[in-house]
Amino acid sequence: MRIRVEEVHFEYPGGVKALRGVSLTVEPGERVAIVGQNGAGKTTLVKHLNGLLRPTQGRVLIGDWETSQVEVHRLAQRVGYVFQNPDDQLFCRTVAEEVAFGPRNLGYPSDRVKQLVEEALHLAELTDKAEVNPYDLSPSWRKMVALASVVAMDTPIVIFDEPTTGQDARTIRRIEHILEALSQRQKTIITITHDIDFCAENFERVVVMGQGQVLADGPKETVLGMADVLAQTYVEPPQLTRLGLQLGFERTVCTPAQFLETLRRRLDHHRGTNAPAENEA
Amino acid sequence: MAVIEIQHLTYTYPTMDHPALREVSLAVEAGEFVAIIGPNGAGKSTLCYTLAGFIPHFFKGELRGEVRVAGQDIRRVRLEDWVLKVGLVFQNPFNQISGAKFTVYEEIAFGLENIGVPREEMRRRVEEVMALTGITDLANRSPYALSGGQQQRVALASILVMQPEVLVLDEPTSQLDPIGSREVFQVIRRLAHQGVTIIMAEHKVEWIAEYADRVIALADGEMIASGKPAEVLTDPRLPEYGIGISRYTAVARRAAEEGLWPPQRRLPVTLDEAVAGFRAVEEAYAHTR
Repeated sequence: MRIRVEEVHFEYPGGVKALRGVSLTVEPGERVAIVGQNGAGKTTLVKHLNGLLRPTQGRVLIGDWETSQVEVHRLAQRVGYVFQNPDDQLFCRTVAEEVAFGPRNLGYPSDRVKQLVEEALHLAELTDKAEVNPYDLSPSWRKMVALASVVAMDTPIVIFDEPTTGQDARTIRRIEHILEALSQRQKTIITITHDIDFCAENFERVVVMGQGQVLADGPKETVLGMADVLAQTYVEPPQLTRLGLQLGFERTVCTPAQFLETLRRRLDHHRGTNAPAENEA
Repeated sequence: MAVIEIQHLTYTYPTMDHPALREVSLAVEAGEFVAIIGPNGAGKSTLCYTLAGFIPHFFKGELRGEVRVAGQDIRRVRLEDWVLKVGLVFQNPFNQISGAKFTVYEEIAFGLENIGVPREEMRRRVEEVMALTGITDLANRSPYALSGGQQQRVALASILVMQPEVLVLDEPTSQLDPIGSREVFQVIRRLAHQGVTIIMAEHKVEWIAEYADRVIALADGEMIASGKPAEVLTDPRLPEYGIGISRYTAVARRAAEEGLWPPQRRLPVTLDEAVAGFRAVEEAYAHTR
């Protein structure tokens, strides 16, 4: 299901202009990260995708539905949204009820609800916590409950707002595993993140926002190397990208694999400088 | 002189069977910047709460061992006096905001009002701290109508303005944009140089490596390592404990397995160290054919 954001402007009551002409098309199954400084309009933009906000100007299409013409609860069939703060989202007495609420609310038959809940709990490693009250869990686990409850809705589009905030290395691995599973199911994934290294290692396309506008949009290998554009919106290239830039790598590297591959090629080149007709890949 | 002295601290929350901290001992000098790392649930927040006096005065529970800050036994202090000495920036900025004020400016002035600071001094301090934390342009906004990162800056400002001797920060940059995070570390570093003692729980190891004097690693309530950032952050056990390490350390470790890191050289924790190490590798290759 394609997402089309067309020349969207949005002004909050009180006059803060959060979006100033944003256009964006996301194809089915894409993995897109949105980065940018605090207050750049990232959350405002994604709240337009599930109809929580409606454009002051311009329009947003989710498939053939224009969000301003469709009720929020219907949009929930197409777009799942994991809030930045899980406490904005959780209200049931047990983890299992919480995770079942979304799919049940979408009117799925009970056996499908049961299956979706089991899968989502398993994916988020929450199976052994199914009967616990979400508010007896640590903030880190509450965030996993919020994630699972949206995954269980089985929507074609899933949005994560800052999934890695305050999470440790192990939980971030768990989140990466969930992203992988969603991609296998051909879901479209849009994630807001300040964790630029996480972004570099898990997303193909990066949208850079600043002051309510899109400053750059493209493959990560292009966008994450644009240090000047990123700096305008208080973002730095990922650690390995900066390292590659400093070492004079000829291409932008984003992941450990890309870094090591480029390093090996350069070393082979050094070794072979005096050898005749040595070709590099 | 040690400002913070902790000996054999074991603490158990009410209703919990297992201690959240076990036999933790630590001494911190005035003006030292100590970072605490560890997986979620390791006891980082608990240690922050203890230094701030919330444990045992607010959370109750069972505290064993000794905790002294500025020579005073934490059990014997009164929380209302203590908050003037030790400032705590909460993990969730939402919990820090008073709910009693309509603008960011008033919110930051709230603590100073409570202790009767003269009006002119109050204005000066509020404006200085807003400039320091980059929120001057938010002065007239409601503290509740802000993005997560903006709210986190307001929470930080509302503590900095009190000018505590000891500053305890529980993941103060979790919602900040990348350069904003680095700026907070720079501000904290500067305060430490001015003599403020800093304890900061954080996951962002790149900035810890760059700015902290010392790192302690907690896992399951115990202190598993303590030392200079370069030593602790390259400890090979960290990943086993679920503690994140910098990409520089991680990629150099992989490179080292292939012989692509200079033998005898410690793994890097900062960008500069990584650049120096990999340059040395490239130079070595350029000269040996």
